Amino acid sequence: MLTIKNLSVSAQNKKILEDITYTFKKNKIYAVMGPNASGKSSLAFSIMGHPVYKISSKSEIIFKRRKINGLEPYKRAERGLFLSFQSPLPLSGVTVLQLLQVALSKKLDVLAMRKKAKQVAKELHMPEDLLSRSLNDGTSGGEKKKLEILQAVLLDRDLMIFDEIDTGVDVDALKTIATFLKKNRKGKTYILITHYNRILRYLKPDEVLVLGDGKLVKTGKHTLADKIEKAGYEMLNSKRKTIFRQAQDPERS
Amino acid sequence: MQDQTTGLDFEYRYGFSMPEKHVYKAQKGLSEHIVRTISKIKGEPEWMRAFRLKAYKIFCEKPMPDWGADLSRINFGEIYYYIKPTEKQVSSWEDLPREIKETYDRIGIPQAEKNFLAGVSAQYESEVVYESIQKELEKQGVVFCDMDTGLKKYPQIVREYFGTLIPPHDNKFAALNSSVWSGGSFVYVPKGANVKLPLQAYFRINAERFGQFERTLIIAEEGSSVHYVEGCTAPVYAADSLHAAVVEIFVKKNARVRYTTVQNWSTNVYNLVTKRARADEDAIMEWIDCNIGSQVTMKYPSVYLYGKGARGEVLSMAFAGRNQHQDAGAKMFHFAPNTSSRIISKSVSKDGGRTSYRGLVMVRPGAKNSNVFVSCDALILDEKSRSDTYPYMKIKESNTAVQHEATVEKLGDEKLFYLASRGIKRPDAETLLVNGFIEPVAREIPLEYSIEMNRLIQLEMTGSVG
Repeated sequence: MLTIKNLSVSAQNKKILEDITYTFKKNKIYAVMGPNASGKSSLAFSIMGHPVYKISSKSEIIFKRRKINGLEPYKRAERGLFLSFQSPLPLSGVTVLQLLQVALSKKLDVLAMRKKAKQVAKELHMPEDLLSRSLNDGTSGGEKKKLEILQAVLLDRDLMIFDEIDTGVDVDALKTIATFLKKNRKGKTYILITHYNRILRYLKPDEVLVLGDGKLVKTGKHTLADKIEKAGYEMLNSKRKTIFRQAQDPERS
Repeated sequence: MQDQTTGLDFEYRYGFSMPEKHVYKAQKGLSEHIVRTISKIKGEPEWMRAFRLKAYKIFCEKPMPDWGADLSRINFGEIYYYIKPTEKQVSSWEDLPREIKETYDRIGIPQAEKNFLAGVSAQYESEVVYESIQKELEKQGVVFCDMDTGLKKYPQIVREYFGTLIPPHDNKFAALNSSVWSGGSFVYVPKGANVKLPLQAYFRINAERFGQFERTLIIAEEGSSVHYVEGCTAPVYAADSLHAAVVEIFVKKNARVRYTTVQNWSTNVYNLVTKRARADEDAIMEWIDCNIGSQVTMKYPSVYLYGKGARGEVLSMAFAGRNQHQDAGAKMFHFAPNTSSRIISKSVSKDGGRTSYRGLVMVRPGAKNSNVFVSCDALILDEKSRSDTYPYMKIKESNTAVQHEATVEKLGDEKLFYLASRGIKRPDAETLLVNGFIEPVAREIPLEYSIEMNRLIQLEMTGSVG
């Protein structure tokens, strides 16, 4: 589905990712873990094509057998990528329904889209009026994340990256979100970027990737996530302690 | 299709008799003789002729404003100050500038309406709609007609109010309008009458529609309410490049008036309009002012809060594209206790366009417990464009609550990337964000106008039609 080869990325002349190679397969769930500033979000932004992240010339991002290095972000989305933001931006005066109407103008008629959005909102235990309010403007952390999920489902992309979908979300909302994602995973590839394995108890990852200082330092099965929870990231590499010094920080800045 | 005969019929029907019709020939420039002639052709009472002549003197004496937009290119000698309606028409559809025709096509308005907007025909086929509205209004005793008819049929009311809120010496363009005015609306709402449907100048079928020097007078008697809507979202092609209107509104005790403008003049027009309302005790006056077209707009709707507890509001939106300068804002004068005012201004500049917010709030001594809220937000879409804010506050009463907010923002790359990650390409993303930005104003205008406005913004943003 998605292969990254020798991915090295810099932003504002600072090296952020270094030589990452990995293949994400269809129908699987991946967890990407690692301490703060280890490059998790940068990996997501680079895959989606954020203009600030400059990809080195020998890097390759191959999605559905096509190299997408130079493809504009909206085209990557149309080809089947979705990125759920860690901190979704407030869009004053723009509702999620208006956004989806524009994004889906060629695929789904307005009435069908609205009907589906209402149904998904109900399943996610969201008040319906959230759909016709300014997106992410004055909404709680949990509601913002649910709105991201709602867009993911309606846009119906094949590979979805969820950047800290579990941060700022209470226990009940987390359960709702995880259960919903599990139910709708058929035919989809999920990449869950997370600090904790709370969400991974509901959504068992097939593979766990650990990033450290911009490098892919370890991969393993879901048991790796458990180990990290118990022993922290330091247990992975005692020789390079400095890069994991923030590993036990319970909340992100 | 419209020949001379039908043109005459049309004017006659609406009581617009012009005995000198064949004698008078339009000429460029302005003189005392032309002012006299206009008044004579219209068959006006002596006091109006005297008013016009006095205004003409003031116009000649007043210097051009030394602030605001650049008006140095206006050549008063090159303008026709009075044109008979039949001469006003562009000779044919084919003669219209291409971009105007294209815009009409893109917005999808029917040919009959296009002709009307473009000045190809003086008549619009919604006459039936207008007549049924008139019947309803008559039942309530509401008067809604053009200003010339108003002066003929209700001379006492007109004389009592006309030019009292905006006297000719107010500013050079008010003086100009006072000396050569023609057309505009006259609205009289009797005590306690609530007009349900918005009165739309759009449907007022009369010869002098979209005049250069419109003069509008609205009187809402005690406890009445009315919503007046002028303009339309489709660009209005004007061969004449100066539009200097005057609007005076009297809102009596407990009455409520809302005046909505959607202005989209073609980009050769200088739009210099003076709008003022007087709000008596517990009255509410709301200006909703959307400026999209024109080359230069200078317009600051104002409310004189004369009575205790009066409320004034201005919601204003301006969009300036290439070679456009929208210098718009509001003025609020608090003269009485417990008065409140609210100004919300949203402006967007693009392709080197320039927007300015210019506002004045004055609280006079003794206007205790007054409440002032001003919020102006500017959105700048590219490096070439510009936005300025000139907020003036003159607060002479200490017991006043004043709140002022101002923001200037650019369309953030992060927001555009967020939308791109949803599969939305840049022009569509910009359109979404701009429409979101003006939403607080757009939601206040009638639905059919706001939908058209969204489409128009889309058109401006995708850049296909200037």
